[in-house]
Amino acid sequence: MSAEIKFTLNGKKIVYNGDPLRRLLDVIREDLSLTGSKEGCGEGECGACSVLKDGELVTSCIIPVGACCGSDIKTIEGIRDTEKGQCIINAFAEGGAVQCGFCIPGMVMAAYYLLDRNPNPNEDEIRMAISGNICRCTGYDLIVESIHLAAEKGADLWQK
Amino acid sequence: MPSTKINDKVIRVDAVAKARGDAKYVCDLSFPEMQYAYMVRSSIPRGKILNIETPQMPKGYKFITYKDIPVGGKNELWMIAKDWRAFAEGDVRYVGETIGLVVGPDRNVLKYLKDRIKIEYEEETPAVSIDDGVNLVGGPIRDGNNITCELFCEKGKDMEEVFAEADEIFEETIETGFQEHVHLETNGVIVLFEDGKYVVYASAQCPFYIRKSVAGLINKPYDDIIVRQTTTGGAFGGKEHFPDVIAGPMLVALNVVRKPIKLIFDREEDMLYSVKRHPSKVVYKTAIKDGKILGTKGLIRYNVGAYLASSYVVLQRGVFHANGVYDFPNTYLKGEGIATNTFPSCAFRGFGAPQTLFAIETHMDHIARHLGVDPLAFKEAHLIKKGGETVTNGHIVEEVMLPEMIKVVTEASDYYRKAAEYKLGSGKGIGIAMYNHGGAFTGNGEQAIIKAHARLVKTGDNVDIQVGSTEMGQGFQTALRKIAAAVLELPMENISYDNPDTSKVVDSGPTAASRSTMIVGKLVERAALEMKERWAEGDFSTEVEYEHPDGHPWDQSTFRGDAYLGYGWGIACVEVEADKLTNEIKTVGIWSSHEIGKAIDELIVHGQINGGIMQSLGYASMEKLENRKGYFRQSSMSDYVIPTSMDFPKQEYHIQENPYEWGPFGAKGMGELVFNGASAAYVDAVERALGITVRSIPIPPEDIEEALKNVR
Repeated sequence: MSAEIKFTLNGKKIVYNGDPLRRLLDVIREDLSLTGSKEGCGEGECGACSVLKDGELVTSCIIPVGACCGSDIKTIEGIRDTEKGQCIINAFAEGGAVQCGFCIPGMVMAAYYLLDRNPNPNEDEIRMAISGNICRCTGYDLIVESIHLAAEKGADLWQK
Repeated sequence: MPSTKINDKVIRVDAVAKARGDAKYVCDLSFPEMQYAYMVRSSIPRGKILNIETPQMPKGYKFITYKDIPVGGKNELWMIAKDWRAFAEGDVRYVGETIGLVVGPDRNVLKYLKDRIKIEYEEETPAVSIDDGVNLVGGPIRDGNNITCELFCEKGKDMEEVFAEADEIFEETIETGFQEHVHLETNGVIVLFEDGKYVVYASAQCPFYIRKSVAGLINKPYDDIIVRQTTTGGAFGGKEHFPDVIAGPMLVALNVVRKPIKLIFDREEDMLYSVKRHPSKVVYKTAIKDGKILGTKGLIRYNVGAYLASSYVVLQRGVFHANGVYDFPNTYLKGEGIATNTFPSCAFRGFGAPQTLFAIETHMDHIARHLGVDPLAFKEAHLIKKGGETVTNGHIVEEVMLPEMIKVVTEASDYYRKAAEYKLGSGKGIGIAMYNHGGAFTGNGEQAIIKAHARLVKTGDNVDIQVGSTEMGQGFQTALRKIAAAVLELPMENISYDNPDTSKVVDSGPTAASRSTMIVGKLVERAALEMKERWAEGDFSTEVEYEHPDGHPWDQSTFRGDAYLGYGWGIACVEVEADKLTNEIKTVGIWSSHEIGKAIDELIVHGQINGGIMQSLGYASMEKLENRKGYFRQSSMSDYVIPTSMDFPKQEYHIQENPYEWGPFGAKGMGELVFNGASAAYVDAVERALGITVRSIPIPPEDIEEALKNVR
């Protein structure tokens, strides 16, 4: 089965021709060579493949590309050079949030999604916001603190 | 730019690239003409292979088996022994044993072909548990009995004499289950030819291990094999020897296919068909007189699975840690590694120590409760001190700082008040556990087996570190660059250290056993000191070899002497509340103190402490991995549950400094230590909160319910 699916990815128009049941994650990683989004579990449990789809945080490993007609998709590659993206990435580096790093692009997406909606989250809100992102290395404390740091350092950014 | 000092707060060198998604893991790499491979595995735990029926292979597709091993190659992987076969041949010994690889350009076609390879077996009865193995269920798996490795060590008087002197004898059996590593990045390998050499790209801890393991299989000298470590997304021991099991068959396939081949496990494969932490069964028989322990006799059995892998060394570490942080005047400890038809058990953070440390801490708690005394006070009365005799008749060389650390942790947690206030079974409990971890390889292994090297290369004002040790998330790239920079009085930016390539760097030994900072870090410190003295000479390199500190006798044939050159020490305290209705356990506080010599980078150490304690709490509470009839029952991250950000509260931690003479800037190993004890503290807290006795972990809510029924 083949279909033509049009969507926007990181601001670029994409025309996909192929099996609409292929996972969005595979299209992003293999067809478009954007390897920042990772596959950790393949069943929407771990959050390593998190992307923004029409502003919502989703796990791209369980979304068929056919469900993305007309969607606006943002991956880590689409936010990492923005002011907000840089703010989070720098806070993660400074705060010691990164160990093996495999979950981190997904964590950055989750943090971006949170801070965009809640510029000044408390600890519980941060823990809730990343509860769909599994990390085996850090025990989460330094990730939580780094998101606090991003909220603090980017105060003006997040109010926009 | 100012030079980096060892106490400076620095940004991890790999943090930004990883957070941006720029870092390339093996799954992110591809090469021209790249083919893919899938493993065809045994679907039964034990039996003979009668026939393999292969469908007609389309052009460009191959099914690779042991028959494709090149002339002169042997069907074996060389880990500690050479017993683990690269491909099953004639029989299978565990579910998931590699039978072959399907290789070709299109993954959908490969999946179709893989499902049509029919293997006919004559099934035999598998031995699954430790008891099955001991009782030779289904007949011996190998060598006449199922004890694949064993050892004992003794101290003091004969235990029969000691039991005769005792007021009473306290005996119990404590068990721990399988644990899966769940490194977020699954296992994966790419193989290809480059200028006639066999090249392996692997997510791996030990590139030189892979090279050694596969050379005999493809019948090539080491120089014809190049292993390149790719950015590794977590390992925890799961990528110590296991990458050999993938790389071996892949190189056999490469020899046939002659094009790059990629094999990445999906999560289900990684859960079902990879190595695990050894389940354990420890029986202690302890002699008590006048409220103190006179001696203990321990039988320590680990479930090794179908092949030895690293199990003999894991078992040794288990036995050597079986008296925990205590100095009992008399002991007799026997360890047995039991063969079964489960996936071979292998390295996992702690490497055999967490099992016995959990057992001894829990045993001490139970004895204290039996005697009606405070568990912590009872433990303190038995603490080992500097100069104290270890179970291997060696001695503790460093000042044991546990009394100071107890003070720190009990004050931070308000332990004494809570321990007195929370009555047994009141729904609230606070637990405490102490532990240690011997740094680096056992005994004289660093000198006799590894002989690590490190090399520094100076070009202008820049220095490149060339060692085989790897970054897997633990922060070693940063720690090592910081050590070199601090010695050379350079900014860290002037120091480089890439993921190792075995053709370019010297072998500094495996990245395991909490040895990298302590041993390899020291080598780099020495090489840097030499370089600093000769700095004016222009561009040159310095290379140093491991030197064993004097005064540490060790006899590997009798396991007597100083088993380790130094220990890290830890104490963890956990507070819980049980839901009155559901008995669900909520952890409300976690406190710890760790003596690690010296923190090379406090932020990295902080992250290691948090992560190690979290894994240990998962091990005790929720990470249940069952094996029924040879098959793991949990196969995904939704049924094998590891902690999320919501499961445990923020931790309070303390680092106790106690500079270690032979470590860089006084540092000792710490990556495993931080895993070793929180599980026992958690169980202690749960026992107190619910008034139950726990002798087996994990204890998920359904098992707690069962334990409560027994109390009622």
